[in-house]
Amino acid sequence: MTSNIIETTNLTKTYGDFTAVDSISFSVKKGEIFGFLGPNGAGKTTTIKILTTLLMPTKGSAHINNHDIKKKRDSVRQSIGVVFQEPALDIELTGRENLDYHARMYGIERSIRKERIDEVLALVDLTDKKDVFVKKYSGGMKRRLEIARGLMHSPKVLFLDEPTLGLDAQTRRAIWEYVKKMNKDKHTTIFLTTHYMDEADFLCDRIAIIDHGKILVTDTTSNLKTTVGNDIITVSTSEDIKFKSYLNDVAWIKQIDSHENHLTLGVEKGDEKIPALIELAQQKSIQVKSISVHKPNLDDAFLHYTGRSMRDEISNNNTQQNFHHGR
Amino acid sequence: MIQNEMQAIYVMWLRQMKRFIRFKSRLIAMLVQPLLFLFIFGSGFGGVRFPGLEDISFIHFFAPGIITMAILFSSMFTGISVLWDKQFGFLQEVLVAPISRFSIVIGRTLGGATIALIQGFIILIISVLLGTPISSVSGLILAIIFMILIAISAVGFGLILASKMNDFQSFPLIMNLVIMPLLFLSSAFFPVVENPTLKTIAFLDPLFYMVDGLRGSLVGAANINPPLYNLVIVFCICIVMIALGSYSFNRSEI
Repeated sequence: MTSNIIETTNLTKTYGDFTAVDSISFSVKKGEIFGFLGPNGAGKTTTIKILTTLLMPTKGSAHINNHDIKKKRDSVRQSIGVVFQEPALDIELTGRENLDYHARMYGIERSIRKERIDEVLALVDLTDKKDVFVKKYSGGMKRRLEIARGLMHSPKVLFLDEPTLGLDAQTRRAIWEYVKKMNKDKHTTIFLTTHYMDEADFLCDRIAIIDHGKILVTDTTSNLKTTVGNDIITVSTSEDIKFKSYLNDVAWIKQIDSHENHLTLGVEKGDEKIPALIELAQQKSIQVKSISVHKPNLDDAFLHYTGRSMRDEISNNNTQQNFHHGR
Repeated sequence: MIQNEMQAIYVMWLRQMKRFIRFKSRLIAMLVQPLLFLFIFGSGFGGVRFPGLEDISFIHFFAPGIITMAILFSSMFTGISVLWDKQFGFLQEVLVAPISRFSIVIGRTLGGATIALIQGFIILIISVLLGTPISSVSGLILAIIFMILIAISAVGFGLILASKMNDFQSFPLIMNLVIMPLLFLSSAFFPVVENPTLKTIAFLDPLFYMVDGLRGSLVGAANINPPLYNLVIVFCICIVMIALGSYSFNRSEI
């Protein structure tokens, strides 16, 4: 058919009146890392559950590795590996046993089973913990074991649902490295969901921003950031309001927003504009306390497409999320 | 493909066995109740003779009922423990694997049935030590067949419950409102023939045919129906339960 390994057309899932996934269409190319970025409850996990044959779509169609997810469910299952948001391990078995059972269920020959187990355990640095019961593992170790397991049968596509949710910074880094490594070494296509901007930014070749079950935009990570356009200058002065009134007349400033104790300015080539701003302030006897330029990040892009900041969403959801993962 | 399915059934079975062997407290917890019944009721009612069954001691009558109870509770629990897998997420791992739902159900049923039979045999051996006679070798073989069928039916029933329930909160309710009354009316603890109303109700109770069949084959006395007649009915119950169980399991979404 095409070089797309995942293709969906108008995929929809409704629960009664509630539409969890609203007619989404996208495609993922072979070998890329594709990310679904969106706040909690945007429909990311539901989409993964449909694509991994755990849920039937209400409407629309999807193909993975050219297999229809509605009709060729076993072929789809053979082509994919999945790391779920909640751990899906048997905690009363050891790490090695979990992998061994997985290998058997995926029909990996006895002769290569042990070798494959050792190989993936080494990849995620769990070799010396293989005979420890999974209930004694830390959150990060469990997640690494799951990633190892997802790789055992050399899937064409690996699905990662919020792979670093609730993990510490160091473990997140390590997991990002594993994900990059297997994408590069094994040419595994990776489909991941996340609500972390930095994660999407670091890992993904292309991103779909999803909110309220709809895809708002799909593009490469760098394109998404530059569509927001300008560099952003953050400036803090002794008299922000007065300074702003002078800046309103400056032609090369495209956009000014005042905040509690600073101003943000949308400009082109931000680095070169800093001297001009400082000079202007000095002419008007206004003291500049601090000034900085940053490239627009995915948060700016998210704000641009959804009209609200991802960070607001996350802080709104935080209480609920902590409760959920505290179990 | 067939080989994969066999592996899947084996994995499901092996997993149950490993968990069973590693957590001896569960084995003990599961055995305590039937053993308490056997010892306390057995000694308390030791001298009691039921009307019409004067030549049979209480423990002879009682043992098949307790064996049925032990197998029933243990297998039902295995069926319901799918809920654990749902809560701990392991079920998702199994459901995205390229194996049929049917193999998952078969593997789980065999695992649960094996565990229940081990427990059933422990009770059986203790009952024999307490003086329960075994009618004949063929009777014992028939009794084992009954025990297997009881175990499989109960796993199936547990699977049906698990697909209807979302947590363990309602489990004690079902035990007390459904299972215990059925067990009381099944002639597991006392004969139901003397009271016509009880007898009519008992004939509608699927557990009655299990208890009566096991009693008829194992002890060879005090049974109402001929064991083979019971066997046919229990076999049908078993088929229905396992069919409904796998149907419910197939239909349940995560």
